[in-house]
Amino acid sequence: MAATTESVKTDAAEAPLLNVRNMLLGASLYIVFYGWVRWYEGVYGWSAGLDSFAPEFETYWMNFLYIEFVLEASTAGILWGYIWKTRDRKVMSITPREELRRHFTHWVWLVMYAIAIYYGASYFTEQDGTWHQTIVRDTDFTPSHIIEFYLSYPIYIITGFASFLYAKTRLPAYQQGMSLQYMVSVIGPFMILPNVGLNEWGHTFWFMEELFVAPLHYGFVFFGWAALGVMGVVNIEVASLSKLLKKDLA
Amino acid sequence: MSASQSAVRSRAEAVKVSRTFDWLICFTLFFVVLGGYHIHYMLTGGDWDFWTDWKDRRLWVTVAPIVSITFPAAVQAMLWWRYRLPFGAVLCILGLLLGEWVNRYLNFWGWTYFPVNFVFPSNLMPGAILLDVILMLSGSMTATAVLGGLAYGLVFYPGNWAIVGPLHVPVEYNGMMMTLADLQGYHYVRTGTPEYIRMVEKGTLRTFGKDVAPVSAFFSGFVSILIYFLWHFFGRWFNSTEFVKSA
Repeated sequence: MAATTESVKTDAAEAPLLNVRNMLLGASLYIVFYGWVRWYEGVYGWSAGLDSFAPEFETYWMNFLYIEFVLEASTAGILWGYIWKTRDRKVMSITPREELRRHFTHWVWLVMYAIAIYYGASYFTEQDGTWHQTIVRDTDFTPSHIIEFYLSYPIYIITGFASFLYAKTRLPAYQQGMSLQYMVSVIGPFMILPNVGLNEWGHTFWFMEELFVAPLHYGFVFFGWAALGVMGVVNIEVASLSKLLKKDLA
Repeated sequence: MSASQSAVRSRAEAVKVSRTFDWLICFTLFFVVLGGYHIHYMLTGGDWDFWTDWKDRRLWVTVAPIVSITFPAAVQAMLWWRYRLPFGAVLCILGLLLGEWVNRYLNFWGWTYFPVNFVFPSNLMPGAILLDVILMLSGSMTATAVLGGLAYGLVFYPGNWAIVGPLHVPVEYNGMMMTLADLQGYHYVRTGTPEYIRMVEKGTLRTFGKDVAPVSAFFSGFVSILIYFLWHFFGRWFNSTEFVKSA
């Protein structure tokens, strides 16, 4: 009797396998933040974002850019540093239940990565097309670029690398080397950011407002394909989870 | 750690865990594929997809299927060939259409005020259903590439005809003959106009009149076959579970 009560107590006190609250909070963070960003674009894109030589452009857009650079660098440093610093040095000796819990946490990271990729590669990238079809640019740092290239892309890079780092430092399945497709799915979309250099160089060299299918943009396309690396990550995860659950599902 | 230790407390918990992972995987796969597919499609066929005055009988019909059969082929290489799930193509197209519709409504209309009946996306769903059904019934990658790829190209224009047909009726405006879609473009000048629309209805094939769309669809289907093969093998590579060992 006493032993049973003790066991039930242990179960009740144990952290849940999937922390749903954290996952919903994380998802809300992205959605609410990007909702605010979209509101900011709507208001200050038109009122202060049309002429890069105007003082209000400096106030509302260039300052936005400088602030996001600082916040992104510090967030990346703190987050990646924390995940690395708190790594498990005996990752191969964790219990199966702890391994399962970590897989769930890893998936919370992957869900955040999916949300971040959606906003970066889909929402803000196509939005850039309609902005530049409407306003002739006079700077590389247009309102849509300040959000697309220098906010939404760094955010998915920070999220994706945090997910990769979590898997590498806490899950036994990722200890046999570097997962090729995990690297592809994180580094590929990351390379879209350096490719902005080519994009801006081309846009300052040729007048091309704004043929989206211009070959100048194919660098983005090539690195966008790398998102498919997530299929390899899913396959690794399915294999690991099958191993963990096989006995109980038989 | 003991080999006999279990990760779950009961079979019921194992089933619940398994179902929860299914949902997490579906969500992640859907949105990551959406992101990659959308950036690919908007930068290879986007201009034809953005505006009704670009949705012509020639290049739109040719380009859209060729550049959009890519991700469906790659995702089918995962979902069917590894898990026997027959909805890889539909999953991709649903994702792409969601990303596009959200954008056209919230940004094309909501930020820059182009009317939605000028910027709605192309309908790619009939081709996606055909690809999945042919793969499911044949179980053959070759049959899906040849029959499905051809069907994907051929069905694109009929699949969109009910939507764009009313915008292709002729109108006379300031003494010039044009379509309603042209007229929309005329009123909604974009930053690159008129050079921006120089690719619309370009070429001498136009003189063939009514044959333009079927010929373009047939050519598109032919190239779609080749692209399907190529992207099936890309998909297989992206499915690998290899690890790179440090030297």
